[in-house]
Amino acid sequence: MVAAPLVVGVAFAYLLLLFAVASFGDRRAAQSRSVIGNAWVYALSMAVYCSAWTYFGSVGRAASGGVWFLPIYLGPMLAMIVAWMLLRKMIRIARAYRITSIADFIASRYGKSQALAGLVTLITVVGLVPYIALQLKGIAVAYALMTQPAGAATATAAPWWADSTLYMALALAGFTIVFGARHLDSAERHEGMVAAIAFESVVKLLAFLAVGGFVVWGLFDGLGDLFARAQAVPELARLLTLGQGKAFAYEQWFALTILSGLSVLFLPRQFQVMVVENVDERHLKRAAWAFPLYLLLINLFVLPIALAGRLQFGAGANAEGFVLTLPLAAGQQALALLAFVGGLSAATGMVIVEAIAVSTMVCNDLVMPLLLRTRRFQAAAGSDLTGFLLGIRRAAIVAILLLGYLYYRLAGEAYALVGIGLISFAAVAQFAPAMLGGIWWKGGTRAGALAGLGAGFAIWIYTLLLPSFAKSGWLGPDFLAHGAFGLELLRPEALLGLKGLDYLTHSLFWSLLANAGLYVAVSLWRPPTARETSQALLFVDVFRRTASSNPVFWRGRARVADLLPLLGRFVGLGRAQALFDAHAQRRGLPHRDALPPDAQLVQFVETQLAGAIGSASARVMVASVVEEESLGLDDVMRILDEASQIRAYSQRLEQVTSELQQANEQLKSLDRLKDDFMSSVTHELRTPLTSIRALAELMRDDPEMAAEQRQEFIGIVVAETERLSRLVNQVLDMAKIESGHAEWHTADVDLKALAQQAAQTTRELFRERGAVLALELPEQLPALRADADRLMQVLLNLLSNAAKFVPREGGRVQLRLQGDAEGATVTVQDNGPGVPPEQRALIFEKFRQGGDALNRPQGTGLGLPISRQIVEHFGGRMGLRDDTAQGACFFFTLPWRPNNDGGKP
Amino acid sequence: MLERLRSQRLLALFCAGLGLFNFPLLALWDRELTVFGLPLFPAALFALWALLIAALALILEGRDD
Repeated sequence: MVAAPLVVGVAFAYLLLLFAVASFGDRRAAQSRSVIGNAWVYALSMAVYCSAWTYFGSVGRAASGGVWFLPIYLGPMLAMIVAWMLLRKMIRIARAYRITSIADFIASRYGKSQALAGLVTLITVVGLVPYIALQLKGIAVAYALMTQPAGAATATAAPWWADSTLYMALALAGFTIVFGARHLDSAERHEGMVAAIAFESVVKLLAFLAVGGFVVWGLFDGLGDLFARAQAVPELARLLTLGQGKAFAYEQWFALTILSGLSVLFLPRQFQVMVVENVDERHLKRAAWAFPLYLLLINLFVLPIALAGRLQFGAGANAEGFVLTLPLAAGQQALALLAFVGGLSAATGMVIVEAIAVSTMVCNDLVMPLLLRTRRFQAAAGSDLTGFLLGIRRAAIVAILLLGYLYYRLAGEAYALVGIGLISFAAVAQFAPAMLGGIWWKGGTRAGALAGLGAGFAIWIYTLLLPSFAKSGWLGPDFLAHGAFGLELLRPEALLGLKGLDYLTHSLFWSLLANAGLYVAVSLWRPPTARETSQALLFVDVFRRTASSNPVFWRGRARVADLLPLLGRFVGLGRAQALFDAHAQRRGLPHRDALPPDAQLVQFVETQLAGAIGSASARVMVASVVEEESLGLDDVMRILDEASQIRAYSQRLEQVTSELQQANEQLKSLDRLKDDFMSSVTHELRTPLTSIRALAELMRDDPEMAAEQRQEFIGIVVAETERLSRLVNQVLDMAKIESGHAEWHTADVDLKALAQQAAQTTRELFRERGAVLALELPEQLPALRADADRLMQVLLNLLSNAAKFVPREGGRVQLRLQGDAEGATVTVQDNGPGVPPEQRALIFEKFRQGGDALNRPQGTGLGLPISRQIVEHFGGRMGLRDDTAQGACFFFTLPWRPNNDGGKP
Repeated sequence: MLERLRSQRLLALFCAGLGLFNFPLLALWDRELTVFGLPLFPAALFALWALLIAALALILEGRDD
């Protein structure tokens, strides 16, 4: 044995360490450097599933039933396989609608029903009392084993005021309050608590593995030796077989698997750590397999420890304490203390999380709705209720632990730990139809859920809870043997005469049958109301909802001046203002005062309130300050339609927006080009205009001017005017071609003759520049369907461009005409400076001119674009060869017969 | 699309697990044998369990290819 003060001291030191871990987690959370934002921590926090049941109870079960401790862990294994679909959906729903407990989840799904929230809470509180008692019993037994000399009678019933278990329960309540109900958080997130739970999971696993390792390799010579010695004892050898000498109870095995699979999903503490405390739903990917792995590891040594205990102490010993008594018997006091701390970890972790989760439910779903009904509470409307809420939660935590203690005193001795735990599991399993149906079936209604849960709970009480009292002597044995009122058909463990099942499978079968049956039948009895339908749509289709297309099922009138104080009452005014500001910012508004009191704002307030006081109470509170119209089923469907239309619209809008953006870019670039052109054109216009004006002024101011001089000036004025008209004509020409209003006179054109004519026309130009124009024409060419004048325009443009760019002396331009089967190709090659590569693509664009702005020859920048338009009109192609060594080489090709035959207007 | 495939794989694995851990497949391991000194039945249960975990990890952690 170990001295009692040492054990108590170690226990308190450990709890203080736990508290340090928690406050570290909270501090880091406050600095936004979360320690729990990690899939491994998430998986470890899930391991809060392993309570004193696992730590002490499993060994006890294994010592008397072999592998029968395992279904409790195989169920969660199977549940975790579908967690990615099931849990992720629950997480998504809870996050979207700020759901903080399983009661809130069910109530919210079935139309935010207060009655349903209350019923679920009631089932939870009553159902979990045995489970809390199990933890208390686990710690009490462990403490007794540690401090009493081996072989002493365990736990003689002391009067309650002298019972250390009572004080331990109160101490645990205190710790739970410190962990989870110190302050009010509207999201019900407790980062520090999660960190502490993850830490506890590590401690209990290591401690259990340490004991297991010591037993197998310290007390025995490895697993082989241990099993060989166990199999030498016929009684133990039987434990290692399937049937253990009897027919294997497959239905019980199956029932236990299903039961634990459902419990791991719907136990309030599991819901708390897996759904409410989840940081990122992607963590589920790793946690879904890491958590079963944890379960496997912590169960590895259960059977070896149980067998070792049986070998060492015989059949009569308290098998649930083997984890402690084996090291103690071997004189390993330190190891025993470690094991005790591990067991303490397992029990405290469970109690803390469970009590926090249940206290939230009691506060939000049981006490709040009742208070909201009382007049006096309504009258105190103006005050801040956050402190009051905290008070309720703290009281609830203490009450739950005291109830657990009460059950431990009343019925704790009748069952082994595992038996007590299974009673709670069966209660929690009642949530399955309403939960699973609620997230995958839109037809479930509030009445169906109420009927199913109510019936399931009633049968659970009658077939499991009351018998547990009867077996403890608190009810007469007649109840068990002959049923209520002496009716044999009502015997609680053989209802309606159903025999052949063990008491647990029997209860589970009847309760779940009635539960699921009534849930479906009553749901189908009447069509769902508008509110039930709208909530069903929000839950079942949660993965199809996005923030932008989330339908808001509300219509009516509200005022910001009512909504803000309402939220302030429950979360504190400062926090409410901050929430409103954040909401305004999300909607692109500068300040909360700019928020319109529309359906979206009402929904926002209701969702925030739901986080603080539960969705059903939030509904009532919001309804009390706004004027709302009741929605019919048609309205719900219409709103849904609108939402999906909005979604379709928003997709379409995105598409159009991107198209518009592209068009806008193009327009901007065109606009720049036009600006360039305008400056270029105005420059071109200004030059002749300036000279015309200057000359005209000279002639006006000097009437004595010599006739000769006057004649010369007038000549210049005429030439400049011609230049002006040419420019204007070109601009008009371009505009015509572009808008499709140009006139085309298509006829058979002799390209060779046209080329010769063009050369003739430009001869003078080349002569002035001192350049040579060489012609290279074929003998014969077929006629071309085109507009001769327009083609002439193209040829003249290319030739005059060449003339402008060839060097002053020694310029040389070659005009070549070739024909093939497809059509004709005209090439104009000069020996000028050529076009720099970066400008090659640009020169065919309107208003772009080659060369730099200062040195280039005069031009409008429209010649080449017009030419290209003409060539393309006749189905041809115009371009610039980039393979010439020197100078520029422009070409265009024309098909003999254009497809459109030039018929385009 | 890939998410749907993943869901189907998980459902298939769930059915496999349910089958492996229940009658009649469970009865296959009911023999008085030892593997490496371990009794067959408990050893088989743990081995199947480990196998399921490995398959689950493979499906969930696999690349989103």
